[in-house]
Amino acid sequence: MNRIDITATRSSESVLSTNKLIKNTYILLSMTLLFSAVTATASVLLAVPGWTYMASLIGAMVLIWFVLPRTANSSAGLGVIFGITGLMGFGLGPILNHYLSMANGSQIVGTAMAGTGIIFLGLSGYALTSKRDFNFMGGFLMAGLLVVFIAILAGLFIDLPALHLAISAVVIMLMSGFILYDTSRMVHGGETNYIMATIGLYLNIYNLFVHLLALLGALSGDD
Amino acid sequence: MDWSKIIWAVLLGAMILFLWPRAKHMLKNSPKAEQGDWQAVLLPIAFVVGFVILLIMMV
Repeated sequence: MNRIDITATRSSESVLSTNKLIKNTYILLSMTLLFSAVTATASVLLAVPGWTYMASLIGAMVLIWFVLPRTANSSAGLGVIFGITGLMGFGLGPILNHYLSMANGSQIVGTAMAGTGIIFLGLSGYALTSKRDFNFMGGFLMAGLLVVFIAILAGLFIDLPALHLAISAVVIMLMSGFILYDTSRMVHGGETNYIMATIGLYLNIYNLFVHLLALLGALSGDD
Repeated sequence: MDWSKIIWAVLLGAMILFLWPRAKHMLKNSPKAEQGDWQAVLLPIAFVVGFVILLIMMV
């Protein structure tokens, strides 16, 4: 009887901690996305130059690689994650200004934002409710990401519009897979830190938005 | 050559180098998919593809 009690207590503790992780992750994700939107709006209004995108990404990458892993288990990690997402949002300014200057620019940006939101909520909701373990996708997704980086590297020196479109299409599918994978990792105990879980999901949403915007911008009727 | 392309290339090269060992480790140690697992992934991805095509037709 005691063994059953202990098992039940452990199981309910595990469910509680998973629920707490999911709740904290989504709260932090909402706050960071909101903060990103504020900094993106500021950079659009300030009409910052094109190199801001690159500079912001370099700053964010340094924080993600070298600072966040050391601070993720402390309250300092919260400041770092807002620094990363604020920088990445600010870097979006030149891209958004480019699309907003198009004839149907506001429609393209609005559609990309709404589309990203719907895709994320749909996939994350699917992973949460189906309770399936998508951990088996990890190797495939990382290999896919490396192939995409190599293709982007090649695309820098080969001016082929079709290649850029293909990369955006692949990134959208890859990020969709990463949303399933990252959400599933929270549910199945692969990720127990809500700050690291948040940055993973944030990067998925960010890349999804940027590449959906690129695809819609390139294939819109007025381009 | 455009200087920004060189910086992007260095940045992407650094990302590839940074991710390479992690990708190798994940490819070796990821659990194997069971029957029906890939089906459970391809279905929502197919919905995403369809949804994106719909968005493209809308703009």
